[in-house]
Amino acid sequence: MLVAFLELMSHCAIPLLVIGIPILAHFRGIDVFASFIRGAEEGLKTAIRIIPHLVAMLVAIELFKLSGVLDILLEILKPALGWAGIPPAVLPLAIIRPLSGSAAFGFTVDLINTHGPDSFIGRLSSTMQGSTDTTFYILTVYFGSVGIKKVRHALIVGIIGDIAGFLAAVYICQSIFGRG
Amino acid sequence: MINRIWLGFLSLGVVVAMAKGQPEMVTKAVTVGSELAVQTALGLVGTMTFWLGLMGIAEDADLIVILSAIIRPWVGWLFPDVPAEHPAMGSILLNMGANLLGLGNAATPLGLKAMAQLQELNPYPDRASDSMCTLLAINTSSITLIPTMVIAVRAAAGSLNPTEILGTTLIATGCSTTAALLADAYYRCFHKSVGGWKKC
Repeated sequence: MLVAFLELMSHCAIPLLVIGIPILAHFRGIDVFASFIRGAEEGLKTAIRIIPHLVAMLVAIELFKLSGVLDILLEILKPALGWAGIPPAVLPLAIIRPLSGSAAFGFTVDLINTHGPDSFIGRLSSTMQGSTDTTFYILTVYFGSVGIKKVRHALIVGIIGDIAGFLAAVYICQSIFGRG
Repeated sequence: MINRIWLGFLSLGVVVAMAKGQPEMVTKAVTVGSELAVQTALGLVGTMTFWLGLMGIAEDADLIVILSAIIRPWVGWLFPDVPAEHPAMGSILLNMGANLLGLGNAATPLGLKAMAQLQELNPYPDRASDSMCTLLAINTSSITLIPTMVIAVRAAAGSLNPTEILGTTLIATGCSTTAALLADAYYRCFHKSVGGWKKC
């Protein structure tokens, strides 16, 4: 019931905004087309402004993945997982989730297909995928778009959120679905 | 912080690649990473242009200011340094709403609009303000009510109950957002900021 309502909301939100904003503005005496163009001119500029930040970040992340640093990190962390009841198969997903959205999604699809969507790993990886966002990407794009170079505590806060999300996902999936 | 992490990623990556006798991986990372960056940025242009256009209409009609005034009592406490009825509150709300509903295409442009408005209030243009850090905390920990993509993948893989992960995802994302907001509040209040220590 709640799910159906939320799905309806998510399907209708965009059509409602697309029709609602211009109509309300029209009745408030605004030249909607001119206003749209004025606002839209920022689109390309914003995207171009992000490019240097994104190149810097994505090259570093690719290097981290391709050079083998990621594999070394996984080897180091693996023994710590056993006692927590965390399947080692989800560790790469946990590490890559904050770094690369497309890679993480690829991992999740792979885990779901390999282990089955209704296995513990399948359910856990599904939960992990939806529980946080790509911290490094969001940080780079959001701060890059306004030219901020000193991010202060935003990065550490994002990583704390990622770790909390991962641990919560493990705990909740174990409690609700069992370790099966 | 980001400075050191970036330097760390680069130097560790190059050293490990060289040590493994695969210097070509460095070249590959540079090519793949920079191409992906440009593709990602340019991929945003279309939807970003549209949503910023729609926001332009909402701005000119003062709809954002009205929305800001309406929602300020509910989420205003998260952003104490945004003045009452400043349009940034409206954009922040739209960004949070789009995230909640899983509308990634709309969430990013709306979030960037909010960042641009917060930047107007920022006394140090190359340094993140408190409110920006809070907005980032909300976005990086993503409060999503319906993870549409994951459900689609599960259904395609033949799950007996593709939506059974809705509850677990909601609890996990609630924990990550709560942890991020608490950490943000901690740093905001007890960490040294530009004007010395701040008390909350």
